[in-house]
Amino acid sequence: MTEKNVLQISDFNVDFWVDGVWYPAVIDMNLGLAAGKVTAIVGESGSGKSTTALGLMSLLASNARMQGSVLVKGEEMLNAKSSVLRQFRGKEVAYIFQEPMTALNPLFTIGYQIIETLRNHFDMGPKEAEARALELITMVDIPDPAGSINKYPHQLSGGQRQRAMIAQALACDPALLVADEPTTALDVTVQAEILDLMRGLKDKLNSAILLITHDMGVVADMADEILVMKDGITVEKGTADQIFNKPQHPYTKQLLGAVPKLGSTKKRALPYKEDAKPDPVLKLSDVTIEYPKRGRQPAFTAVKNFSLEIYPGEIVGLVGESGSGKTTVGRASIGLLPVKEGSIQIVGKEIAGADQKQLSAIRRHTGIVFQDPASSLNPRLPIGESIGEPLLLAGIAKGAELAHMVEELLDQVELPRSYRNRYPHELSGGQRQRVGIARALALTPDLLIADEPTSALDVSVQARFLDLLQELQVKLNFACLFISHDLAVVDILCHRIAVMQNGLLVEEGDRDQILKKPQNDYTKRLISAVPVPDPAEQRIRREARLALKK
Amino acid sequence: MKLFGRKTSEGELLAGGENAIANKEVEGLSQGQIVRRRFFRHRAAVIALVTLTSIIVFVLSALDTKMGPIRIPGWWKWGVEDIPELRFEDCPGGTTGCPTLSINPNSHFGFGTHPFGQDDIGRDYFALVMNGARRSLMIMFVIGIVSGFIGVVVGSISGFYGKKIDSVLMRLVDFLQTVPTIIIAAVIGKAAGKVGPLYLALFLGILGWTGLARLVRAQFLSLREMEFVDAARVAGASNLRIAFKHILPNAVGQIIVSITLIMAGAILTETALSYLGFGVVPPDVSLGLLISQYESAFTTRPWLFWWPGFFIISIALCVNFIGDGLRDAFDPRQRRRITKKDRLQAKLQVKAGE
Repeated sequence: MTEKNVLQISDFNVDFWVDGVWYPAVIDMNLGLAAGKVTAIVGESGSGKSTTALGLMSLLASNARMQGSVLVKGEEMLNAKSSVLRQFRGKEVAYIFQEPMTALNPLFTIGYQIIETLRNHFDMGPKEAEARALELITMVDIPDPAGSINKYPHQLSGGQRQRAMIAQALACDPALLVADEPTTALDVTVQAEILDLMRGLKDKLNSAILLITHDMGVVADMADEILVMKDGITVEKGTADQIFNKPQHPYTKQLLGAVPKLGSTKKRALPYKEDAKPDPVLKLSDVTIEYPKRGRQPAFTAVKNFSLEIYPGEIVGLVGESGSGKTTVGRASIGLLPVKEGSIQIVGKEIAGADQKQLSAIRRHTGIVFQDPASSLNPRLPIGESIGEPLLLAGIAKGAELAHMVEELLDQVELPRSYRNRYPHELSGGQRQRVGIARALALTPDLLIADEPTSALDVSVQARFLDLLQELQVKLNFACLFISHDLAVVDILCHRIAVMQNGLLVEEGDRDQILKKPQNDYTKRLISAVPVPDPAEQRIRREARLALKK
Repeated sequence: MKLFGRKTSEGELLAGGENAIANKEVEGLSQGQIVRRRFFRHRAAVIALVTLTSIIVFVLSALDTKMGPIRIPGWWKWGVEDIPELRFEDCPGGTTGCPTLSINPNSHFGFGTHPFGQDDIGRDYFALVMNGARRSLMIMFVIGIVSGFIGVVVGSISGFYGKKIDSVLMRLVDFLQTVPTIIIAAVIGKAAGKVGPLYLALFLGILGWTGLARLVRAQFLSLREMEFVDAARVAGASNLRIAFKHILPNAVGQIIVSITLIMAGAILTETALSYLGFGVVPPDVSLGLLISQYESAFTTRPWLFWWPGFFIISIALCVNFIGDGLRDAFDPRQRRRITKKDRLQAKLQVKAGE
């Protein structure tokens, strides 16, 4: 234990009081962090990493109990007076949260929020504070600083909001910056920029950073030291090099093994011959989709002249950043959104302009798995009913026969049959996505549309989910449109890849062709921005990417 | 809190997640069970529920009940129409018909012949209060049911279909909300008073649904965008099925809470109207009417106010508390506070474990 450490955590314990019992969330954590260094806490959801971050400055809910010692610059923070805590919060210890939209107050301009932080901690006049705020906004590279200072959070893009939050966090030159999943809500290219920014600022200001993340690629990019947590226990601790190259604990190995890596899977043969293509299951030709004018908001063209064909038995990945229109394509393909121009055909039947009756007939050939496991199942229905609904409504089965079919579907997605009577809130995210697949496959569709089904899942859960999806695809031989922002996932799963940007299809082709020999600049940038869970390789990639930018 | 309600199950590898600990409390329970449990933990609400149920049973069983040819006799010896002899011995200050109820346990505890006293002509006041409470309860429930029904239907249609239908219905709501309810109710009450309190209740119900309709509409607007609604649509569900099977059950918490609050307001509206003379008119009785009739006797015979007032306050208070308890029970963000007792108990448990 050295005096120089900005943050010194010893024997830190957090328990939560639930229903008459204390449940431990963090157990005997020890950590020292020196100025100018980055320590990453990694682990899956529920491992206690965010609890640790909030517990440092006593920001937890009232049913939490903390024990041990947390020293910031040699001063005890645990059970300190609230006046002491207030002095440290923001000034010495600043936080960056995951979702900048909810962490910034939508009613105030970003400039006002930064000035507020400044004037809370320093004896500063409004003019002076504004000058400093402008300086900070310039420092975090928000375009047009003088104009942006008067902008409200909703007027900025996700990446700019995160930058504004970083500017606010840095307002008082904090000795310690706690970044709780700072890039999880961002696109890969934006994530790479934010990480560059944080790295640069750390060197400039000599702050210590406590980085909390589940993304091993981000960790490889940033961390000097790593702490792996599982169920509140620190299972392994070491330098980045040790953890990535010589992991000791089986859990660390498992965690690293589950991370999908770009270009690590073998070539997958197309299920058909290039010169004798069967009839496509899904055929989009020159599709344009527009969100109509709403009040004063003008009409917005989300997808323009989009053409794509999917043949039986193949998985096509549709990648792009948020706002590129990939989800719109997925939803339109199943008739949930009207098409303005062009045609969409499923097994030869036209969706564009079809009426309700025709649509429901076409939909029997399709299934869809949604992105958010929290909202894709009706919380008031037992999952057996959710899975059986398509069968019931299609008039295929009811009563005991339906129950039997639901059980078979549950078997297929490897969930216990007894789950039939459970409610969605009783299931974990991964289990709910399995239920989503079971429901989508109930009618044995020819086409499955999977809209970012793994983006809300932990890596190990995601790995198992992808295995399952692959197995089912081989067994049932359906065609699949797999929408994702994660190139590594698409790499594992797909035969072909289509890349979208701003509603346009920019590149489309064989998986290896896209990932190894991308032609389009945007595709190149997208691929180079994906962080790789290997510190040494990531450094090389980072330099290559910066070179590409110049 | 995007994954609220996630929970673990024993021996499940996949289970866990960010709220694993917080959700230990709801392990293995359906939504209904969770709500029930949370409700029964709200002490004030449970007491209110018990009290209200007792009041209803007490009030309904006290007097004769006539339903067409069937006649269920009540346990109270006097009816509203009986005119027993007016009592004036041992009444303070030369008044008549003072209550015989004595709750002093040391001397002579007892109900006597007229526990709540008698009115001007000697009618038993207990019977009158019971009858008034019956009317008021009936009016309260009718208003709750009528405005609840209209509010849910209009709100659902408006929120589910949106666009033009929504605009038309919401302008209607705007219009009704600008109309001063008490004056309209007074006009209607004047007319309806002759046809009976049931019609008054129906009219009040027809005026009282606007707030609920807005609430239901808002719920529908947000729930309609949820992915499970799309999933149902892809599964081939009709609009009716989506509205009734998928959306409405998810809004039911808000609806119930709102209806209880409408009911609590209704009993007060009825009282106010009757007091002004526009609500229930004699020979019918309601609690508000009883108070207004003996307005002038406040200084000399205060017991004529105590009992109707007591019932109005108890009923309104109980309904409000129940609504409060339901709101807390349906709100997933509600977490229990840890009390000192809880901490002590936990410590003792740890010690016992060692």
